Amino acid sequence: MRKIQSSTLLNHFRIEADQLCVDYNGTVALYDASLNLDAGCICGLVGMNGAGKSTFFKALMGFVRPSRGKIRINGLSVQQAQREQAVAYVPQSEGIDCSFPVSVWDVVMMGRYGAMNLFRIPRESDRQAVIHALERVELLDLRNRPIGALSGGQRKRAFLARAIAQRASVLLLDEPFTGVDIRTEKLMADLFLQFRNEGHSILISTHDLSHVRDFCDLVVLINKTVLAYGKTSEVFTSENLTMTFGGVPPDLLSGPTSIEP
Amino acid sequence: MIELFGFTTNSPASFVIEPLSHEFMRRALVVSALVGSVCGLLSCYMTLKGWALMGDAVSHSVMPGVVVAYALGLPFSLGAFVFGVGSVTLIGFIKQKSRVKEDTVIGLVFTGFFALGLVLVSKIKSNIDLMHILFGSPLGISSNDLRQTLIISVVVLIALTLFRKDLVLYCFDPTHARSIGINTGFLHYLLLSALSLTAVAGLQTVGIILVVAMLVTPGATAYLLTDRFDRMIILAVISSVISSLLGVYISFWSDIETGGAIVLVQTILFLMAFLFAPKYGILKNKSFIS
Ligand SMILES: Nc1ncnc2c1ncn2[C@@H]1O[C@H](COP(=O)(O)OP(=O)(O)OP(=O)(O)O)[C@@H](O)[C@H]1O
Ligand SMILES: [Mg+2]
Repeated sequence: MRKIQSSTLLNHFRIEADQLCVDYNGTVALYDASLNLDAGCICGLVGMNGAGKSTFFKALMGFVRPSRGKIRINGLSVQQAQREQAVAYVPQSEGIDCSFPVSVWDVVMMGRYGAMNLFRIPRESDRQAVIHALERVELLDLRNRPIGALSGGQRKRAFLARAIAQRASVLLLDEPFTGVDIRTEKLMADLFLQFRNEGHSILISTHDLSHVRDFCDLVVLINKTVLAYGKTSEVFTSENLTMTFGGVPPDLLSGPTSIEP
Repeated sequence: MIELFGFTTNSPASFVIEPLSHEFMRRALVVSALVGSVCGLLSCYMTLKGWALMGDAVSHSVMPGVVVAYALGLPFSLGAFVFGVGSVTLIGFIKQKSRVKEDTVIGLVFTGFFALGLVLVSKIKSNIDLMHILFGSPLGISSNDLRQTLIISVVVLIALTLFRKDLVLYCFDPTHARSIGINTGFLHYLLLSALSLTAVAGLQTVGIILVVAMLVTPGATAYLLTDRFDRMIILAVISSVISSLLGVYISFWSDIETGGAIVLVQTILFLMAFLFAPKYGILKNKSFIS
């Protein structure tokens, strides 16, 4: 579906974060956080509430300014990468007004704006991208609904569809699984695996540790800084998790699997 | 026979046609229709972005700008623009640097600017008519004011139409706008500039005090009637133009304040939508329950 980005051929990492430090008015939220992410892999971001997961995403998108550190996406600065539609971001909660008079179709079409001309007149290819994205999250039937007339989980899918429609090589998903039903969870997990096979890189934060085991190639454990980073099979150990969650050993590792391998 | 506010004309046709024989009425109608359409368009963004108070602030803050511009012989739109954008910048600055809440800061800044305007009017000896600025007078608009208002309206209409999609996205989800590389700072100031310019255009027809109605009511009326943004724009513009024209006619025939007439018609249209709108009108809900 997607062409290989020329920058990948130049051997850039998809995401390169080097020693990021972020503070909110002097309160440190993240320090010395480094991460390299290759093409075609899914990386899980795990940490307790307030560990700085969302802050990490916001720093990667340039929404909070790191006091130190360097970020490259596809070898480009964040602004350039955004202008080239290299990165799609779905925040933890959309701070949007749900009574806004736009339809699901309009919202997903907004994912295409960056690729359109200045006056945002959709071409046939943009329409195809929107239809395709809506199909993938199974919302095509509801495309004419106002966005406010969707349920919370359907709305989450609509915003995921918007990110898909963007056709970015890097997907940043901040807790995409909260508030969705099991069926949607499975649908989304399958979708992410497809994207990985198509060569996308996905950074995903989640509180459901079984997801990490099921489909993340890499895992980052954070608590204000990166505690451990590497292949899931090596890093995702109970000792490391105990350290991440401040001495509470989570036994979710032995919990039931929601996704068939 | 039509009876309106005690005034009687022979037929609906003469109610409409007879005033057209006067030059000042033709001017007033053109200005009102154009200003109405700009305000109608902008009001959609104001209501959706929750900028009603901001609209009130900017429209009052342009007052000293208009006075200074008149005194210096500059175009009043320039003065209005500088003070309108200036007031919003000042509001943002004070809010950021102090712990005072935003609505307090807005109230504080615009009344300060407005007071400055009043003081300037009384101090600078010129031919500025305070009543004209406060309450508007499309029936007595000078050809210079007319020309400027036409230019402002056309410029704002074109800018808002060209950047319609980006502005909707900016109002709906600025985070996403930024994440796809759209310059949201530019859109913010585009909307603010449009607001300042529209406020002085609206000042010509309904005056500073009532201009906020022009910037809010048509959008609110349209919002009750549809779930689609494009339709909302069309409905807002239609209701705004209709009330502007009707207001001017009523004012002509019954010799009442034009600004008041325009805004009253607008308010009546809103109340009708509030009661009878197909999906969101309250009477609809009532019949649904019983
Ligand atoms: N806008 C802000 N201003 C001040 N402090 C903030 C702000 N946003 C987050 N913080 C603080 O920064 C820290 C990290 O927050 P962040 O939202 O990144 O956590 P998180 O890992 O995403 O948590 P959760 O799992 O609850 O989503 C927290 O201590 C939080 O209180
Ligand atoms: Mg978070």
